[in-house]
Amino acid sequence: MAVIRDPMPAFEFFQPTSVEDAQALLRRYGADAWVLAGGLDSLDWLKDRIKRPAALVDLGTIPGLKGIRDVDGGLEIGAMTTLTDLVRHPLVRERYSILLEAAEAAASPQIRNQGTIGGNVSQDTRCWYYRAGWPCYRAGGNICYADTPESINREHAILQADRCVAVNPSDTAPALIVLDAQMVIRTAGGTERVVPAEDYFVGPGIDITRMTILEPGDLLTAIRLPATWAGATFYFEKVRDRQVWDFALVSVASAIIMNGSGIERMRIAVNGVSARPLRLQAVETLVRGRAADEMTAVAAGNLAIDGAQPLTFNAYKVPLMRNLVKRAIRGVEPATWNS
Amino acid sequence: MAGKYIGQNYIPPDHVAKVMGRARYAEDFRADGMLFTKLLLSPMPHARVRSIDTSAALAMPGVKAILTADDLPDLEGAERALTNEPRYAGEPILAVAAVDELTAAAAIELIRVDLEPLPFVTDSLESLRPGGPNARLEGNAWGAPPPGGQGPAAPAPLETIKWTAEDFAAAAPGQLPMGRPLEEWSYGDLDAGFASAALVLDETFVVQSTGHHPMETRSAMAYWQNGKLFIHASTQSVAQTRGSIARWVGIEPANVNLICEYTGGGFGSKGAGAVSSAIPAMLSRKANAPVMMRITREEESYIGRARTNMTGRAKIGFATDGRITALDLFIVQDTGAYGPLGDHRSAGLATSLTYQPPAMRWRAVNVITNTPPRSQQRSPGPMQANGIIEPVVTKAAKQLGLDQVQIRRMNSPEGRAEFGPVLPATGRRNRVTSAFVKDALDRGAALFNWDAKKARAGRRQGSKVRGVGVAVGPHGAGSIGFDSLMTIRPDGRLYVQSGVGNLGTHSVIDLARVAAEVLDMPWEKVEVTWGDTGKHLPWTCLSVGSQTTHAMTRANHAGAMDARRKLQDIAARDLGGRPDDYDVRGERVYQRSSPGRGLSFAQAAARAIALGGRYDGHELPEDINAMTRESATRLAGLGLMGVAKDTYPRVGATYSFVAGFAEVEVDVETGGVTLVDFLAVGDVGTIINPRSLLAQIKGGCCLGIAHALFQKSVVDPRYGISLGDRFHYSKPLSILDIPARMDAHALDMADPETPVGARGVGEPPVGAGYGAVMNAIADAVGEDVFRRSPVTADIILMSLEHGARMHEPLRAHV
Repeated sequence: MAVIRDPMPAFEFFQPTSVEDAQALLRRYGADAWVLAGGLDSLDWLKDRIKRPAALVDLGTIPGLKGIRDVDGGLEIGAMTTLTDLVRHPLVRERYSILLEAAEAAASPQIRNQGTIGGNVSQDTRCWYYRAGWPCYRAGGNICYADTPESINREHAILQADRCVAVNPSDTAPALIVLDAQMVIRTAGGTERVVPAEDYFVGPGIDITRMTILEPGDLLTAIRLPATWAGATFYFEKVRDRQVWDFALVSVASAIIMNGSGIERMRIAVNGVSARPLRLQAVETLVRGRAADEMTAVAAGNLAIDGAQPLTFNAYKVPLMRNLVKRAIRGVEPATWNS
Repeated sequence: MAGKYIGQNYIPPDHVAKVMGRARYAEDFRADGMLFTKLLLSPMPHARVRSIDTSAALAMPGVKAILTADDLPDLEGAERALTNEPRYAGEPILAVAAVDELTAAAAIELIRVDLEPLPFVTDSLESLRPGGPNARLEGNAWGAPPPGGQGPAAPAPLETIKWTAEDFAAAAPGQLPMGRPLEEWSYGDLDAGFASAALVLDETFVVQSTGHHPMETRSAMAYWQNGKLFIHASTQSVAQTRGSIARWVGIEPANVNLICEYTGGGFGSKGAGAVSSAIPAMLSRKANAPVMMRITREEESYIGRARTNMTGRAKIGFATDGRITALDLFIVQDTGAYGPLGDHRSAGLATSLTYQPPAMRWRAVNVITNTPPRSQQRSPGPMQANGIIEPVVTKAAKQLGLDQVQIRRMNSPEGRAEFGPVLPATGRRNRVTSAFVKDALDRGAALFNWDAKKARAGRRQGSKVRGVGVAVGPHGAGSIGFDSLMTIRPDGRLYVQSGVGNLGTHSVIDLARVAAEVLDMPWEKVEVTWGDTGKHLPWTCLSVGSQTTHAMTRANHAGAMDARRKLQDIAARDLGGRPDDYDVRGERVYQRSSPGRGLSFAQAAARAIALGGRYDGHELPEDINAMTRESATRLAGLGLMGVAKDTYPRVGATYSFVAGFAEVEVDVETGGVTLVDFLAVGDVGTIINPRSLLAQIKGGCCLGIAHALFQKSVVDPRYGISLGDRFHYSKPLSILDIPARMDAHALDMADPETPVGARGVGEPPVGAGYGAVMNAIADAVGEDVFRRSPVTADIILMSLEHGARMHEPLRAHV
């Protein structure tokens, strides 16, 4: 039977006003239900007629899922808070400027007006074979089209590939890992489960069909940022082709708290190199007590890329990740051209 | 001929509708009982349709008709809207008309198409290998056009060509192999030129294919009334698209009424319309109801056309002072599944023109691949030539210790410069009508502060290094021989008929500025009629090849002069004296010696109607096109008619030039490039509409900048499927990628071979932007860092990391 990629097939559309109602709908429709946040990831799948849910459950009408609250010197961010609202919030700017930078690097102004923080961290991979509907491992098949000698895989993984070589596309994910964000999940059973951001994401070795730990019926309701890293020295950089509407080739996020001339503690994460954003704990351990200088940066960069296995077209990600890790530690000397 | 209107800014009459969202594009129209159609696209890059089972689809409620290639007229082997032998993945096989798109799409999913896979190839060099696959059953390349067929779109025979293993073995790694070419020309003494050179460089460069991706896809809506086809479609050229649609549908042009008041961009992909518009037209006839075809962005990426990609190898000899002594160019062009495209020919001619080598050879093969069809894309050929030649010139300047502007200036064309081979028809080489490239380079270098910027280029600050680059973009910029049609009516207003497409350039309206100037008619009393072949339009050039401003200002100069002479004739006839005693000014025709003695335009228009004959269009000139004759006949009797064919002489070929200057900042730790400053100066003749002209220069440069930095098309070679089928994969330039500082200027030096002095502008900026940015990157990080575009972070970083180019040297579509 022939394949056609447009238009979006019909489905039941629900706009519940509470998390309980949303989960009741998810229970009722089971595997035929689809959770809709900002829709930037979902609508591609739906318009392409690849994902065919019977019912969409829109979280946009649940008041409690939006907004940013000051909690004990930290912040609680509703999962349905738009990236634009996040970027504009004074307390985000004051305490967690790295999250502002990361959110502002996502997509385009229009997409940030619509896209949510919950959607940004929960979005599916953008591997162009998988997204085009090719029957790959991640789609339930038994081949990876991106990992053959002829595949075009410039955007794909260099670390922790397991059959699938797709990467996580989220810009905010590494920043949240660095901030030790806590992901607040309301499980299908109705209980609250809180997991650290770094544990929210799963690689293909754990589950090749999913990007996060969310089980069917689970909802990410909020993200809590503890005060632990508020006001640290942050570094965020996203390398991409275009300045807008482009996913990261590689991104890096770090927070450093200095003690005199030495690094007291640091958290660092990268994205765009693996199916999940990677916290680089070995680097964090290595730099403890060292100066945030070139020598430390070089050692950290080299350690970070240990074990990287590039594909045909993405070998550049190895030096790129190494250099970004270096920059996250020693910074970038600003250029001071006259004009 | 600057004056009251020419050279002055104005608000075109379509502006408010565009800004307020009231402009209606093809997709915005509706008709009673309108059906929608969806397309079934080939999943294979090359296949033959064995059978189609539509029974389940046709049984669905709401499905009204299915159109296949069997329903379409044969176009003698040329591309049709639907096919039984798909030659690229994504080629439409059939179309379903139904009450809505949901039904049509669901019906398509019930259709079983039995396809027999056929051999395919996505890379032109693979097809040239011994035993390599052919993209088409009949061959793998377009041969040389028959004698006389010099033009870019000249028809060519289909051939099969394979190079030998020795041909491939003779090329060093990364070098383009050069087997037998199918086309070739040369002039001058190539061997002597190379023998006398102080420096000879031999470099290979890969220019990528890029989708056109206009904002408006090629949607169309059609219905039939009384045997006549009414079609809302998107085109660059209204007057000439009527004939295209008639041919694709198999009816007479007089039975086509095309409506296209607004076109959401074309860039060459909708030159004479889109062949896909035959689908709603034929389906509407079959279903006996109006049919709307809305083309999605994904579909546009398959059927929406793309630039030909080229791999070129240039061997160039330089004297110690930088003067080019000889140039030997070999191009392997990928012309896609259809064609033939002639970009490779235009590239050869542009190379000869821009760099003025005293001896040159051009050789090429024009290979067919199973990739989406190509068409001319804004500066087809000259832009790709800039990719192939500019790195060699940049490298030579570095090795010879010369300034980048100086080496281009000394080799640039001047005045009526010669270019190309000796033409069989004249026994001489062709010449341009005029070239003021040296002025453009001098002006640009001064405005850009080139010397100061150059002084800091190549010096590191932290991880950042800057570089400056310059390039000259050339392009053909004007045709001749088209018609003008206008009337001065008894209401005292001037009505100008415009057959130009409203593709965003304003030439659709600008042509009337010339008429207003010649007749001294207040602009607010000029009405321009455009966008509907039912509204009596004259024979008009295609709005491709930057020809419109030149062609149609000439034509409308001729038409306005015709009206002016008729005003003088009527005045002399009624008021005495000779026509030449009368002047035309202030909405009157009056006796120069006695200005009180005259007629108002309104009076003259009424007199023209009373007199009839040639004055009001009842008698028409012999030399006008049949389409103009038909339109003029319908307008006859409405007023004093200006109607004429452009018969002004022209010696030489009309070309325009843009000099582009770029400064980039490269981060050597990430490979990222930031374009920090860009400036362009146009040598494009007399300025008609300054604001629009400078927007064209900037916009064209932006396309070239995108080609230099990130725009591409990607095809998986194993499956023959396009991967870059979305905007965010193909990466056209976004508004936020435009540099903080970007400026454009124009020399405003008149071309001597046209009465208005204006040449076209749309295309030459593309090569200027493309070449200048790539040269700036080379200046910053080294001229051997890349030999393909787009020059992305991965290419730069890997080259710097390894001290050598690491990118794929020859493979296309990556």
